[in-house]
Amino acid sequence: MSDLFKLEGIHVEVKGKEILRGINLEIREGEVHALFGPNGSGKTSLINAIFGFENYKITKGRVIFQGEEITHLPPYEKAKRGLGISFQRPPAIKGVKLLSLARLCAKKDGLLIEEYAKKLNLLSHLEREVNVGFSGGEMKRLELFLLLLQDPVMVFLDEPESGVDLENIALIGQAINRLLGRKVEPDPEKPIKKVLKEKRKSALIITHTGHILDYVEADLGHVLLGGRIVCSGNPREILHTIKEHGYEECYRCFGGRK
Amino acid sequence: MRELKLTEDEKKRLLMTGIDLEGKDRAGSFFLCDQEVSQCTINQDGLELLPIQMALEKYDLKDYYWKLLQPEKDPFTKRAEEHLEGGYFIRALPEAKVTFPVQACLFIRMDQFTQDIHNIIIAEEGSELHIITGCSTSPHVRSGLHVGVSEFYVKKGAKLIFTMIHTWPEEMVVRPRTMVLVEDEGVFISNYISLLPAKDIQAYPTAILQGKNSVATFQSVLLGRKGSLMDLGSRVILRAEGAKAEIVSRSVSTGGTIIARGHLVGEAKGVKGHLECRGLLLSSEGVIHAIPELEARAEEVEMSHEAAVGKIAREELEYLMARGLTEEEATSLIIKGFLTLEIKGLPPALKEQLDALYEEMGKAL
Repeated sequence: MSDLFKLEGIHVEVKGKEILRGINLEIREGEVHALFGPNGSGKTSLINAIFGFENYKITKGRVIFQGEEITHLPPYEKAKRGLGISFQRPPAIKGVKLLSLARLCAKKDGLLIEEYAKKLNLLSHLEREVNVGFSGGEMKRLELFLLLLQDPVMVFLDEPESGVDLENIALIGQAINRLLGRKVEPDPEKPIKKVLKEKRKSALIITHTGHILDYVEADLGHVLLGGRIVCSGNPREILHTIKEHGYEECYRCFGGRK
Repeated sequence: MRELKLTEDEKKRLLMTGIDLEGKDRAGSFFLCDQEVSQCTINQDGLELLPIQMALEKYDLKDYYWKLLQPEKDPFTKRAEEHLEGGYFIRALPEAKVTFPVQACLFIRMDQFTQDIHNIIIAEEGSELHIITGCSTSPHVRSGLHVGVSEFYVKKGAKLIFTMIHTWPEEMVVRPRTMVLVEDEGVFISNYISLLPAKDIQAYPTAILQGKNSVATFQSVLLGRKGSLMDLGSRVILRAEGAKAEIVSRSVSTGGTIIARGHLVGEAKGVKGHLECRGLLLSSEGVIHAIPELEARAEEVEMSHEAAVGKIAREELEYLMARGLTEEEATSLIIKGFLTLEIKGLPPALKEQLDALYEEMGKAL
């Protein structure tokens, strides 16, 4: 399997302050990676910089997607090439109906709007304004709903479980598996192995608590600390260590500095 | 009455101004071109529609004509008294439910013309009346003066919805002067939409809630472009027990100066009112100045206001761009959302028309 997405020595500045100092990361086709790190370690900044948001400047390094350098392309060019994002805190957009936005996202197939809205319990929200008065769980369901419609090649999920109650977490987990092609229906035309291969998408999931990994299987985990990825390995083992000993142990691995 | 031949460009402009030229789904149509009435038709029982001069001959209107407004108010109002070029008299008879809107168009075709108008609108007891007024000019007209005096009477238990759409040329000076009197249990709803902003437009329509449990709502959508000055507000005087008022305005400036005013005066115990001014500034050349005022003159008055003026939030733009919308598409979606007021109590046909207008507005930017 070849590299789908690659970060080469990425440095990111936010309001003149360097937050990330040389991030290297390779994600191959169909792989799901989990990114751990304490609050303020720069996980969200990394995703925002990858998408090219204004306040997150890539000062050094390259972003490669499907063999093309996309470092400084505007966000919609990145979306067009097949990158998708689920925001940690999506903004409310007054006056814009969810259905209007859904139609814009589902350029390919408008018929899926109702089907996905039903699956994500959002049918009655279609006539409401985007994120206006939505609960934490509703916001996260909306993010996945739009991503399903966009049908990207690779997704970045920024804390998909934060602010979501237990009841909704399973629903979110299912939606992510569907989005990533990890849960597919048998197809009479071809064997399931082939279907899985075709539908499988790559993802980088930011998780602070790790709860979402009870529902979504990750292939590799990384720890972001002090602006660098300090450790990569089995995501369950990493999560276990963090849960048992906190990020203190990670700081020790990193060289004892905080 | 002479039939008016409209050019294609004029028809297009009128359509944007909310006027249905075939008068389909309209309870009545009135058309004033410069100072000549070219159409005055009624399609529904319970409705009276006359040119103002004819109404003055036919009826004794001393309880209505120059009753809420006085010519001495300002020089423009005075002008309207001295040079009456026309206007309409619309009345819904008691208990009449005029389901389709009545449309009135005040049109200017002669360049540098001054049109002085006086309108009287009466919703008699228990009646329901919708009016769409479109004020516009032929596309070749560059400048002129439009002075419109309007006096509204909403009687006991009546409901009056008044929608006014302005599409003025760049050099136009516009001075509407409007007063509304609402009796017991009466409801007055005003929607004002200014699509093509004039050079200089100033208005401060005022509703007096004279009767118990009367209600007034003013909603305005304003677009100011470079070179235009719009000083617009709405005022409600809550004078009786149980009176309720709401004033909502949305302003977008692409370079013009917009002064968005609002004023609630609570004169009776326990009245309630809310004022909301929101502005979106799309160019550093423009100015949006929100001036919300609350004035309590009685006990237990509940009045509040919220005003917010700013530019499009970068965060919202980026959210939409990350979903594949270009910066232009995202901007236009946000502006359209900002301008789309969920106006309550509108007939579905009018609602559709307004949605189409907002769409046009989004494109015009």
